[in-house]
Amino acid sequence: MSPQPRSPAQHVSDPIYPEAANPKYTRHHPRWHRRRIPIFWWLRKWVYTKFILRELTSQPVMYAALLILLHVWIVGRGPEAYETFVEWLRHPLLVALHLFVLGGLLFHTITWLNLAPKALVLRVGERRIPDVLVLAAHYAGWILVSAAIFWLLRGG
Amino acid sequence: MRRARDPFFWGLFSAGGMLAALLLPALFLIVAVAAPLGWFGMTAHVDWLALVGNPLLRLGLFGLLFLAFFHAAHRFRYTLYDGMQLYHLDALISVLTYGVATVLTLIAAVVLATAG
Amino acid sequence: MPDTVQLEVFRYRPEEEGEPVFDTFEVPYRDEWMVLDALNHIKDHEDGTLSYRWACRMGVCGSCGMTVNGEPVLTCAAYLEAFLPGPIRVEPLRGFPVIRDLAGDLTDFIEKLERVKPWIIREETKDPSEGEYLQTPGQMAAYRRYSMCINCMLCYAACPIYELEPGFIGPAAIALAQRYNLDSRDDGAEERHEVLSEHEGIWSCTFVGECSAVCPKNVDPAGAIQRYKVDATADFFRSLLTPWRDR
Repeated sequence: MSPQPRSPAQHVSDPIYPEAANPKYTRHHPRWHRRRIPIFWWLRKWVYTKFILRELTSQPVMYAALLILLHVWIVGRGPEAYETFVEWLRHPLLVALHLFVLGGLLFHTITWLNLAPKALVLRVGERRIPDVLVLAAHYAGWILVSAAIFWLLRGG
Repeated sequence: MRRARDPFFWGLFSAGGMLAALLLPALFLIVAVAAPLGWFGMTAHVDWLALVGNPLLRLGLFGLLFLAFFHAAHRFRYTLYDGMQLYHLDALISVLTYGVATVLTLIAAVVLATAG
Repeated sequence: MPDTVQLEVFRYRPEEEGEPVFDTFEVPYRDEWMVLDALNHIKDHEDGTLSYRWACRMGVCGSCGMTVNGEPVLTCAAYLEAFLPGPIRVEPLRGFPVIRDLAGDLTDFIEKLERVKPWIIREETKDPSEGEYLQTPGQMAAYRRYSMCINCMLCYAACPIYELEPGFIGPAAIALAQRYNLDSRDDGAEERHEVLSEHEGIWSCTFVGECSAVCPKNVDPAGAIQRYKVDATADFFRSLLTPWRDR
């Protein structure tokens, strides 16, 4: 129940002998008010929604890992199976799904790398390496590793 | 032993998260989208077969998949707890999420051991 | 600039009504007024029964934390101007049971704070006549940020996990534990580890990150918790891989 607005004039009460308008109230016995948490608490604020979306990238990660595994298995089953599989991957609906999954993966990468400097505190002697440098190193690593993958899978 | 559970799974979660962040976008882009559509990357079956034939690459891929499965399982477990407020189902959710990750890891081990 | 601004103030008077209500007050608007000044105006001129906590008016005592338009803030450091045109909704901090109006019960936080032993623990103490425990500027820099905490509990109010899992020891208590763990004069890390390494210690945290976003003193509790997780995990795997090095 959300509280109802009320004008201040309505609640003039005697501070010495308060009429207990609430019959459940016993004098000198505190009755705390505890607010309930809605099931969809993460819709209350955009930052919480973003947090849940970040956590839900576990599903694109799971999907991508499974698809890569499936791909390896199909490759091992011979050229015909592979051709059928690739044909299947070209289906517009699957392409759309996979672009969506890719979006999820990128969201995971960006949120993950952005938080990395918080968890990783590196020092040179007594001086802490600034967060910006730790962050830049992570992004450089990502670009480097991605470039290596592109080179490895470049094709003829 | 109860104290061992949290750091153990968090270790897998964070290692998997880092590997997935660095490797998965590029890998998935080529394997699932770019190569099939002929935008970029290997399209010939023989090329893929040669790549899969490399035991070191398969071992590396196994490491990535194993950690990615446990990363996703751990994260999803907490999503169910906090997002859906299912704290009372702790035991069931743990068995299901980590159980699925374990089964998938075993499948990945068999597939990658016999491929190539 | 307007002459007045409306405040919708959360009222909970257990002897009068079982459920909270919002009272609307029209207060004068001043450029230099904080939300706390508006509340003080209400208490002085409109309704003396309004209950809330405040003391220093300069962001040091940490007692005037409230939820203003949904965000946990120190009301002594929140300009009315930032919430124009209003109405401005003032509620107690989330996550704590409400005793009356804007005052919450903070016992839970105090108990948790005590559990992490936020003081210097030494294996050997020396006599004061032998002098101070010296520290280099670098050694102080290691923990200084966490020592800025004023126990205002905005981080608890911002943390959805604390609200969902009331057992969670919470951001400020962990940051303060780290404040002493990282102090070169302290030997209490192992004692604190007993509390922090429980599930309701650091492991309940899922790094929402809002605790650090709302902190008025830039303490970064989220960073403190992540660092502790990394260290605890590294220790765990190290002892798993080299069990002979365990005591």
